[in-house]
Amino acid sequence: MTSTSFDVEKIRKDFPIFSRELPDGRPLVYLDSGNSSQKPELVIETMREHLALHYSNVGRAMHVLGAESTEAYEGARDKIAGFVGAPSRDEVIFTKNASEALNLVAYAFGNPINTDPRFTLGPGDEIVISEMEHHSNIVPWQLLSQRTGATLKWFGVTDDGRLDLSADVITERTKIVSVAHQSNVLGTVNPVAELARRAHEAGALIMLDASQSVPHHPVNVAELGADFVAFTGHKMVGPSGIGVLWGRTELLDAMPPFLGGGEMIEAVWMDHSTYAPVPHKFEAGTPPIVEAIGLGAAVDYLTGIGMDAVEAHERELTAYALEALRDLPSLRIIGPETLEGRGGTVAFTLEGIHPHDVGQILDDQFGVAVRVGHHCARPLHLRFGIPATTRASFYLYNTTGEIDALVRGLHHVQKVFA
Amino acid sequence: MIGESMYQELILEHYKHPQGRGLREPYDAEVHHVNPTCGDEITLRVKVGDAGKILDVSYDGQGCSISQAAASVLHELATGSTVEESLSVVDEFTRLMQGRGQVEADEEVLGDAVAFAGVAKFPARVKCALLSWMAYKDAVVRSAP
Ligand SMILES: Cc1ncc(COP(=O)(O)O)c(C=O)c1O
Repeated sequence: MTSTSFDVEKIRKDFPIFSRELPDGRPLVYLDSGNSSQKPELVIETMREHLALHYSNVGRAMHVLGAESTEAYEGARDKIAGFVGAPSRDEVIFTKNASEALNLVAYAFGNPINTDPRFTLGPGDEIVISEMEHHSNIVPWQLLSQRTGATLKWFGVTDDGRLDLSADVITERTKIVSVAHQSNVLGTVNPVAELARRAHEAGALIMLDASQSVPHHPVNVAELGADFVAFTGHKMVGPSGIGVLWGRTELLDAMPPFLGGGEMIEAVWMDHSTYAPVPHKFEAGTPPIVEAIGLGAAVDYLTGIGMDAVEAHERELTAYALEALRDLPSLRIIGPETLEGRGGTVAFTLEGIHPHDVGQILDDQFGVAVRVGHHCARPLHLRFGIPATTRASFYLYNTTGEIDALVRGLHHVQKVFA
Repeated sequence: MIGESMYQELILEHYKHPQGRGLREPYDAEVHHVNPTCGDEITLRVKVGDAGKILDVSYDGQGCSISQAAASVLHELATGSTVEESLSVVDEFTRLMQGRGQVEADEEVLGDAVAFAGVAKFPARVKCALLSWMAYKDAVVRSAP
């Protein structure tokens, strides 16, 4: 099935977890990478080695270990900047996850200590999101709207799981548009160029929640046309506890600091402070040092495989899955049913069977790990009139055989509840 | 396999053919309980007659097989018994569910509800089984004159 340059069996050997079995000798079929991905030996070993031999605080220690740790930490920033095509390494800000990156930008708006007109926000101004967002790209904007009196608006979602672009949701009152690059439920990849054009024509800024795109596709932030991009390390074979905000330098410079503390300052007096230049302005306190270094190793790993190859492999898996799931007549896919403009996340319902029962039986009897529930996208589920879905999400280490196991499991689920 | 022991035939039977489902009049108290982690919900009514006799437990809701079957079994066990008897069954059921699979079920007290013993081994699902039973306890307390 797979092309010669992409050897999935070889890739699986890079991930120690695939050498284990589940209790009762069930094989592990991990189809939950959209939730969090597994980690290759390179990431585990890089983090272990740093902790064992090079660890110290960064930025402030005047000794060998301090220098080694700082070099590794800042080296990770260089790698990540390269990985997403950031024009400058200083545009890469380490956060704890994508949620923090989204909050960081939300807190830059309507903040009284900042008077840059691009970030002022008050009654009459508008924030635009969409109905397919993860809660992490909804709640920060709800809070911003509550703090400032600005109006929260959103793009709807069509029956086949696309953004409904027919309405003019973005107006000249819009200050910020924030949407998912790829939906964590539907798998839909949104038309960024079109959204960026509309936002910029209206004089608004645009942020992308790229938590589900950066791990799975070649992403070049300079070419995307967005102003801010957020993503999270644990979904891209890196560790948890580290995320990234990319932003255009001139905007990051114009934004107020987010959290205050050590490392984010230039000078401090008792009654005021001046701030360090970006990226440090946004990195208060001791950062997740080893996690950042682990994320650097993760992008080394992904670069070694090639993001084009990762994307192509997932595309094959998605095509295979969309076809194989047709075998189950009572299965309804929530999201695009064709490969066009979609990634490797497939959410579905089985008529008359609750997703929690589906997930439990798949796990207990087939070792198939999927996610069930609303996947932190409750408004999207309300839109489709369902409380929950079952979601299979694929990554570079998954195989068509694992999709066969999923389909076998689903047939069994149907038998149990027939 | 573990899963088979959780999805007992009796549970599936109640899920497919729920007993006493649907909200009915008359009633003394109505409660609405939700499980925020999975979105399961139930609306439940009780009607208490003379000498604390439970005349009806009626309910409606949505959720997984465990939560729906538990409501059905509850209806069967509680209807026709007394408030006092039924609350002792609720206590025994709660003890079983919260026992992490280490508690021996008292079949004498629990009747059909022993079928849920396997659920106790799955912490994530215990709340599903308890949803309607907690709602019932709440409704009975509220129905007290
Ligand atoms: C689309 C999307 N946005 C945001 C997040 C939040 O990521 P994190 O929990 O790492 O902040 C996730 C993952 O859960 C996601 O899928």
